[in-house]
Amino acid sequence: MTATLEERPAAEANVGGAAMIDRAEGWRRRGPLLPALIFTIIVTQIPFILTLYYSLQSWNLVRPGSQEFVWFSNYGDVFADSQFRTVALNTVIMTLGSVLIAVVLGLLLALLLNRQFVGRGVVRTLLITPFLITPVAAALLWKTVLLDPTLGLINFVLSPFGLSGTEWISQYPLASVMAALIWQWTPFMMLLLLAGLQSMPTDQLEAARVDGASAWSTFRELTLPHLRRFIELGVVLGTIYLVNIFDQVYMMTQGGPGVASANLPFYIYQRAFLGFDIGQSAAMGVVVVILTLIAANFALRLIFKSFSGEQEAA
Amino acid sequence: MAVTTSTPPDTQEPAAPPEPRRQKRSAANVWLGVIAWVVGIAFFFPVFWMVLTSFKQETDAYTTTPKIIFEPTLEQYEGVFAAGVGPYVVNSVIATVFSTLFVLVLGIPAAFAVSLRPVKKTQDVLFFFISTKMLPVVAVIVPIYVVVNQIGMLDNIWTLVVLYTGMNLPIAVWMMRSFFLEVPGELLEQASIDGAPLWRTLREIVLPIISPGIFATALICVIFAWNEFFFAVNLTAANAGTMPVFLVGFITSEGLYWAQLSAAATLAALPVVIAGWVAQNKLVQGLSFGAVK
Repeated sequence: MTATLEERPAAEANVGGAAMIDRAEGWRRRGPLLPALIFTIIVTQIPFILTLYYSLQSWNLVRPGSQEFVWFSNYGDVFADSQFRTVALNTVIMTLGSVLIAVVLGLLLALLLNRQFVGRGVVRTLLITPFLITPVAAALLWKTVLLDPTLGLINFVLSPFGLSGTEWISQYPLASVMAALIWQWTPFMMLLLLAGLQSMPTDQLEAARVDGASAWSTFRELTLPHLRRFIELGVVLGTIYLVNIFDQVYMMTQGGPGVASANLPFYIYQRAFLGFDIGQSAAMGVVVVILTLIAANFALRLIFKSFSGEQEAA
Repeated sequence: MAVTTSTPPDTQEPAAPPEPRRQKRSAANVWLGVIAWVVGIAFFFPVFWMVLTSFKQETDAYTTTPKIIFEPTLEQYEGVFAAGVGPYVVNSVIATVFSTLFVLVLGIPAAFAVSLRPVKKTQDVLFFFISTKMLPVVAVIVPIYVVVNQIGMLDNIWTLVVLYTGMNLPIAVWMMRSFFLEVPGELLEQASIDGAPLWRTLREIVLPIISPGIFATALICVIFAWNEFFFAVNLTAANAGTMPVFLVGFITSEGLYWAQLSAAATLAALPVVIAGWVAQNKLVQGLSFGAVK
C-alpha cells in the first residue's frame, strides 16, 4: 500500500510533459498551491497545537489567573471520569449503529432506484431531501412533529396498534437521536451506492442474464463484489461525518437524561462552554483526536487505495 | 465465472423463454417502482409535514389527530419576520457567500496544482488536505474560542467566514481536482506548443470544461456553510448569529408554537434544499472528496 503511494508522483510528473522539473519550474508549480495550503495549516493545525498545549494546563475560565502547567494530570482525570467512558461508548454506538443501518437501508434503496420506473428522478429527489435539511431543523422536526408523545405523527401512526403514548425521547434518547441521524444519512448512502451500481459494467450483467443466473446469485456474485469498495467508502465517510455529530444531540436531548445520549462532541462542549474547564476539555479533545487518528489512518488508506489511483490511471 | 455454475437447466432452449420472462420482469418492475415511490414519500413526508404546518394556525397545528384540511395562512411567516429573523438571514448569507467565494479563490489554483500541473509531492498534499477533515472540530473549538476571544472577534460574522472557508477548502480541492483531471492533458500541451500563455489556455480551454464542476463544488460549499451550527453556536450571539442559531433561540422562546417553529425551520432549510436538488448529481462527489463520480 505504501509502495503505491510513493510510486505515483513519478507518473504524475509526466502529465505536464516535462521529464526534468527544475527548481524554478518547481516553484511555479507550487505557487498556486501555497495560499490554500498555508491558509489550511493556519486554520486547522495551529488550533490543534494550541489544544495540545492547553491540555497540559489547569485552566478554568471562571477563575482568572488560575492557569498553571500541570503536565498530564488532565489526562488522568479524563480516564478516571466514568462519565467520559459512558460517553465514549455512546459515541461508538451512535456512530457505528447509525452508519451501518444507513448503509443497509441505503443499499436497499439504491437497488430499488437502479431500475426503470415512472418518476424515478422525482423519487430520488424526494429521497435525498432529508439529507439536505439543516440538521438543526431536522432535529427539531424529529423532536416535535414526529416523536412528541401526544401530538407526534409516529405515535399517531402507532395508535391503532395500541402502542401510543411512548415517550420516545425520554425513554429511548439514544435511539431517538440515532433515528434522526439514520433518516438524514440513509439518502447519502443511497446516492453513493447508486453511483456504484451505475458504474457497473452492463456487459457482465447482460452475460449473467443470458446465462440465466438468478437475480440473487447475480447480486451475490457480481453486484456485491463490485459494490464492496463503495460500501467501504460509505462506512468510512459516514463515520468521519457522524463521529462529529453535535446538532442532533444538542437539539433533541441535550445529552440527557444524565449523559445517556451524550456523545463526545457534546460532552466536550459541555465541559468547555458550560463548565469553562479549558484544560480538561482540551485533553478530551486530544483523546478524541488520537482515537479518530487510529480509525482515520485505516480510512485514509482505504480511500486512497480504492479511488485516487484509479482516477489517475484514467 | 461462478455465475454460470448456477445456470438453471431451462435456458438450454434459448428461443422460447424471453417473452413470458420479460412480462414477468416488467410486472415485478411495476411493483418495485410502487415500493420505491412509497419509501420515497415516507422519507419525504416529515419535510412535507413541516412545510404544511408552517401554513397553519397554531390551533390547527396543535392537534392530537393531525389535520390535513385547514385554511392556509401566512401569519406564521409574518410572525417569524416580526421576531427579527432578518439579521440572521443576512449573517447566514454573508457567511455562506463569502466563505464559498474564498474557497473558490484559494481552491481553484490549488486544485490546478494537484492535477494538471502537479507539484512533486501531490500525494502528500492531498493526504494533508483530507486528513484535516479527520480532525474532530471539538478538538479545536477550545483554542479557537480562546484566540477569537483574545483578538476581540467573538460574535463577528467574519470569524465564521474564515472558519467555514477552512472547513470547506479541503473538500473543494479534492472535488475540483477530480474535475480538472477530466481535462485532456493533450489540450494543455498543444496550447503550450502553440505558444499561448498559460492563463489564456486556462481561461479559454480549461475553464469552459470545468465550470460545471466548479458550480457543483460551490453548491456543496454553500450547503455545508449554511447548515453549520457548531462554530456558530459557540462563537456568535446576537450580532453574528446565523439561521440555525436563530432557530435554536426561537425554540427556547416559542417552544410550544409548532406552526411558527415550522415556518422558521422551513425558512432555515429552504435555500439548502433547493441548492441540493440542483446539485444532486454532484452531491456524492463532493462528500466523498471527489472519490466517486
